[in-house]
Amino acid sequence: MSLLRLEQVQKAFGGNAVIRGVDLEIGAGEMVCLIGASGSGKSTLLRLMNLLEPVDDGRIWLEGVDISEPGLDPQPIRQRIGIVFQQYNLFPHMTAVENVLLAPRRVRGQSREQARPSAEALFSRFGLADRMEHYPDQLSGGQQQRVAIIRALAMQPQIMLFDEITSALDPELVGEVLDVLRSLRDEGMTMVLATHEMAFAREVADRVCFLDGGRIVEMGPPEQVLGHPREARTRAFLSRVL
Amino acid sequence: MTQTRRQIFEARQRRRASTIAAASTAGVLLALIVLIPMAPGWEAVKRSFFNPEVFARTFPGLLEAFLLDVAIFAWCAPLIAALGLLVALLRDLRSPALYPLRLAAVVYTDIFRGLPVILVIYLIGFGIPGLGLPRPWNSPYLWGSLALILVYAAYVAEVIRSGIESVHDSQRAAALSLGLSQSDTMRYVILPQALRRVVPANMNLFIALQKDVALLSFIGPVEIFRQAGVYKSLLANFTPYVGAALIFLAITIPATRYADHLMNRERRRRT
Repeated sequence: MSLLRLEQVQKAFGGNAVIRGVDLEIGAGEMVCLIGASGSGKSTLLRLMNLLEPVDDGRIWLEGVDISEPGLDPQPIRQRIGIVFQQYNLFPHMTAVENVLLAPRRVRGQSREQARPSAEALFSRFGLADRMEHYPDQLSGGQQQRVAIIRALAMQPQIMLFDEITSALDPELVGEVLDVLRSLRDEGMTMVLATHEMAFAREVADRVCFLDGGRIVEMGPPEQVLGHPREARTRAFLSRVL
Repeated sequence: MTQTRRQIFEARQRRRASTIAAASTAGVLLALIVLIPMAPGWEAVKRSFFNPEVFARTFPGLLEAFLLDVAIFAWCAPLIAALGLLVALLRDLRSPALYPLRLAAVVYTDIFRGLPVILVIYLIGFGIPGLGLPRPWNSPYLWGSLALILVYAAYVAEVIRSGIESVHDSQRAAALSLGLSQSDTMRYVILPQALRRVVPANMNLFIALQKDVALLSFIGPVEIFRQAGVYKSLLANFTPYVGAALIFLAITIPATRYADHLMNRERRRRT
């Protein structure tokens, strides 16, 4: 059974249809890349998946449970689906480690002492052990984005969503963030990634989805979608970005 | 280190500018010193407003009376901060069951921001003791302070609310995406950032409060302004008012400068 399943999902903002019926299944341990021009609906699709935006119509199933039911309490669902944003969105008034500990403390009810060892382990794993007590504005963009990933991982989500997490970074800092994603992939994390890094998508994705006008136009293994696209729109997009 | 051509030019410009500023300031001061005493009423004004003997006699008493201003300020300020924060949070309530509270907060801020402070002090300060309450419940200190608290908390609430709205929505999204509740998001993520941003604006409000404490003199408490009035009647001289003004300025000017400094620092941090 797929871990997350979208069925004819639709979303409009003020009469402006952004997602026009998307079907997508994500299996456990799978890494799916969403590509497409800005405005094609990639970000919105991710925000629908962890209920930051309510779905207008259609359904989203998490392990067979309909989480798109209107009126459902989104809080427990969001704990199981982590998201990392393009602009990091770290809390500027907290140190890196306090950013990471906030949710385990407030949502899980753990004490600082209980939550700290696993947070420290994540900081060490991603090469930030000496940056734990720094404030976000004392960190580089790449370091901030890695802290944001650690913050989401600290809730031990079943799925991680990444919304163009390297787009705001200076080119020389992109690599360190992509390395984190490779490492998560190696440990079998289920991931959905909106990205403009085509080479990276080709290297790591199990499947690539090309979105255009709020629909999935083409979907398949990266060699096919990026190497031998069937659809004219996919070819046109790829010729513009490659 | 040798200077660049640009640095030499700028240094010369600076020297020129400060010479001109110094000369024009000296000119204005000189004119004031020469011209003011030429006014026909100057001798009379000097006698009744700038009388050194009266000043020396009344200043210690004024300082002592000012302690009452400080005390009133000291017990009002924390209550204003607490009530202001509470009202700001009430205005953000989403739950329909709590709508009456939200409505009350809106009505409250509209009323108390829309009235002159002195009018509120009169209405509450004379009105409530007029109900014939027994001591100490008829004290003008109590009801005068309440008037100040109600008015200033309305302003503080608006300032805090503007701070809450200035925190970018992506912060809320990040907190909610971690599974935090709405109230934890407000308490741990939004409010700490909002309050930090509005410290300078609130400081300006509290400086205004320090001055408005003098308005309580109209309903009874013998604080510095009233004490100066007593001296004026006693000695038939206005110098005590000048003394009172100096005492206020000694507090408010440094406080205003400090608030400006904080405001500038906040602006630099955000750009």
